[in-house]
Amino acid sequence: MPSTVLEMQAISKSFGGVQALDGLHFELEEREIHALLGENGAGKSTLIKVLGGIHKPDGGKILIDGQEVSIEKVQDAQALGIGIIHQEIVLVPHLSVAENIFLGREPVKKSGFKNMALMNQQAQEMVAQLGLNIDVRKNVSELSIAQQQLVEITKAVSFDIKILVMDEPTSSLTGEDVQNLFHTMERLRDKGISIIYISHRFEELFSMTDRITVIRDGTYVGTKRTRETNTNELVKMMVGRNIENLYTRTKAEVEKREILRVEGLSKENFFRDIDFTVHAGEIVGFSGLVGAGRSEVMLSIFGAHKYETGKVYLYDQEIHIKSCIDAINHGIAMVPEDRKDQGLVLKNSVGFNLTLANLRNLMKNPLIISEAKRKESIQKYVNDLRVKTASADISVSSLSGGNQQKVVLAKWLSINPSLLILDEPTRGVDVGAKSEIYSIMNQLANQGLGIILISSDLPEILNMSDRVCVMREGELVKTLEEKEDITQETIMNYATGGDNIKL
Amino acid sequence: MSTLTNNSFVNIFKANKGIIVVLILLFVALSIMSPVFLTTNNLITLFQQITINTFLALGMTYVIILGGIDLSVGAIVAMSGTVTVGLMVNSGLPIVLAIVIGLALGTLLGLINGAVITQFGLPPFIVTLATMYVGQGIAYIYSGGRSLRVTDEAFTKLGTTRILDLIPIPIIYMAVFIIIFSVILMKTRFGASIYAMGGNREAARLSGIPIKRIEITVYTLTGFMSAFAGIVLAARMYSGQPSVGQGYELDAIAACVLGGVSMAGGKGRISGTVFGAIVIGVVSNGLNLMGVISFWQLLVMGLIILVAVIIDSQKGKKLPFNLAFLKRANHDQSV
Repeated sequence: MPSTVLEMQAISKSFGGVQALDGLHFELEEREIHALLGENGAGKSTLIKVLGGIHKPDGGKILIDGQEVSIEKVQDAQALGIGIIHQEIVLVPHLSVAENIFLGREPVKKSGFKNMALMNQQAQEMVAQLGLNIDVRKNVSELSIAQQQLVEITKAVSFDIKILVMDEPTSSLTGEDVQNLFHTMERLRDKGISIIYISHRFEELFSMTDRITVIRDGTYVGTKRTRETNTNELVKMMVGRNIENLYTRTKAEVEKREILRVEGLSKENFFRDIDFTVHAGEIVGFSGLVGAGRSEVMLSIFGAHKYETGKVYLYDQEIHIKSCIDAINHGIAMVPEDRKDQGLVLKNSVGFNLTLANLRNLMKNPLIISEAKRKESIQKYVNDLRVKTASADISVSSLSGGNQQKVVLAKWLSINPSLLILDEPTRGVDVGAKSEIYSIMNQLANQGLGIILISSDLPEILNMSDRVCVMREGELVKTLEEKEDITQETIMNYATGGDNIKL
Repeated sequence: MSTLTNNSFVNIFKANKGIIVVLILLFVALSIMSPVFLTTNNLITLFQQITINTFLALGMTYVIILGGIDLSVGAIVAMSGTVTVGLMVNSGLPIVLAIVIGLALGTLLGLINGAVITQFGLPPFIVTLATMYVGQGIAYIYSGGRSLRVTDEAFTKLGTTRILDLIPIPIIYMAVFIIIFSVILMKTRFGASIYAMGGNREAARLSGIPIKRIEITVYTLTGFMSAFAGIVLAARMYSGQPSVGQGYELDAIAACVLGGVSMAGGKGRISGTVFGAIVIGVVSNGLNLMGVISFWQLLVMGLIILVAVIIDSQKGKKLPFNLAFLKRANHDQSV
């Protein structure tokens, strides 16, 4: 029987009137990777922040190695050997990897200057110990996101930790990078570090974790051995009800009319010779590793970036898109990858964001916006997409991830597009909202829209796409037309160039 | 939080609660301390004193909500004032033509601000710092460093006429511009675009907002307002002086900040800025009445701004904690 490293008993925490954690229970064993699973807002982050000394719990006990401890501030957590890697990377971009690892505790020479040689040497040793191949003298800004994440882990481990918390570390990684991260995690576990792992991706949970604890609405639901459970059971525990079928794709008979045709689209260093078509009523999936150029192609078609050569046809007419305004005028809409940086004006209200792309159709006269038309449009989309918001006037940042994404989607539906490009539409979205977004996609396609779905979530691509285009290093290497060809193996095969990477 | 909503008096009060309370306290205190403060004459003087700053602050509000800054407004005041007067007095141009050229010149400098910022992707602070020197330079070169006197009543009346023998005409201009700027910001697509760009420029661009055009227009508008302020000021002072306007840009920024316009962009209201300008006016008027010399006025003004900004920042902290968290996330990605 492995010993228990961490025990959190009956942890409670409320903010104002909101009970974020209510008698929550959590147990972590030695040398295990333990997933914390729950919908957005279930209390995962709050629990982690209690453990990390950012929030003080209102009640409950924390035991480490059977000893009750009090974690009042961040330094306490560090002293107890708890390391936390947050979703966002918090490294200083213009310092080297070694300088980042030793930030604030740099070894100094007698003269008082930093001992760079010693620092580089020690940092390189740490990196090597984790089996990583990173030059510690490089600036962090020169590294890929995946490498930066590994630097974060190295830094956390350098504090002599026993417990490592990873909050959605893979949300911006795919394929090989995820594998790399997993290898690193296994090494850490072998070194005796216990890992608390937060992720929404079930496939990762099943391939990586030993146990899974599910929480819902700030309360403990249960803990399962990963080997002894399945997706359905976990989803049921998370949402408290059965979601019979997460993916809804019921292809209706729509007149097969070509909406978009792209021929030989190229942009140096980004993508080459891209050809594909999208028909009415069709969902075309775009799969590939991060950096394969999928988003760049779509941003070019949408006018946010510029392509260099190639032709774009809409309804068989060649169109020249120079800006997003042109694209919108042609009925092309795009839900971009990053909701917070590209999709929403977070400081503004739900209603403001909902109507932003369509204000020209809500005018009272050429100058003044019609308040009545605006309200009507907001009401329609809040209802149609079931956006859960107290009012249209509250700040959109106070909505959950899923509801924020619905606001972005609604913004684009309001321009009545004929082509809808969705770039990672369900990233960071909880299961409930996910299933709603899928059903909206299905409904829109069946109404005759053409939909392009870029996603790094393979099950999503497999279940929602009618055809799948696979991109690798800037090229569209394969379009899978037949349903039976669309499998995880074939897609990964083309995406990685034949080396069969197990995902 | 919401921007495109009714601009009713209730809303204006709600949005500016803090500064209105400050204003009432100031009014009460000054009425008690000075018998002259609450007289019609003094209040009219007070409002006349804030007109120039308000003209500049209206434009500045747009610029700051957009996420920018304009340091050249004071220089444009000096430039347009001296050039307009000079064209009349030295070159003998008809008044209307001189005014049109003066307005056009200031507007042009604003346009240059916007064009350079958008086309070269340069920080507004640096670009407008440069055009500030350019504007001051033009004012000094054109006037030879002297104050250019003007006695033509047809011109000076533009700044000195009293409507109904009571209200100075600059106050009427001010009221008209406040309404125009307010309506544009709250009720038009242009206004919504300013908020959207200040809140999230990339999201605005991807939503089909012509961000360059909007940005250029905002700086051009600010240039126009500064030129207008310069001409009204020249008419009121019977002269175009190259040395006026220095530090006006900071007074305009102070009015915005006091009125709750966020220097980070994306937030603010015209009504807030107007209250900010009034507070600045009341403080300097009140201290004048009590015989406090102007050196002390600077100090008091500084303290009031500090206190107002601290109160404002505390308000922010009551927002859900995840908002601060978002700010950090945005920052990380922008580096």
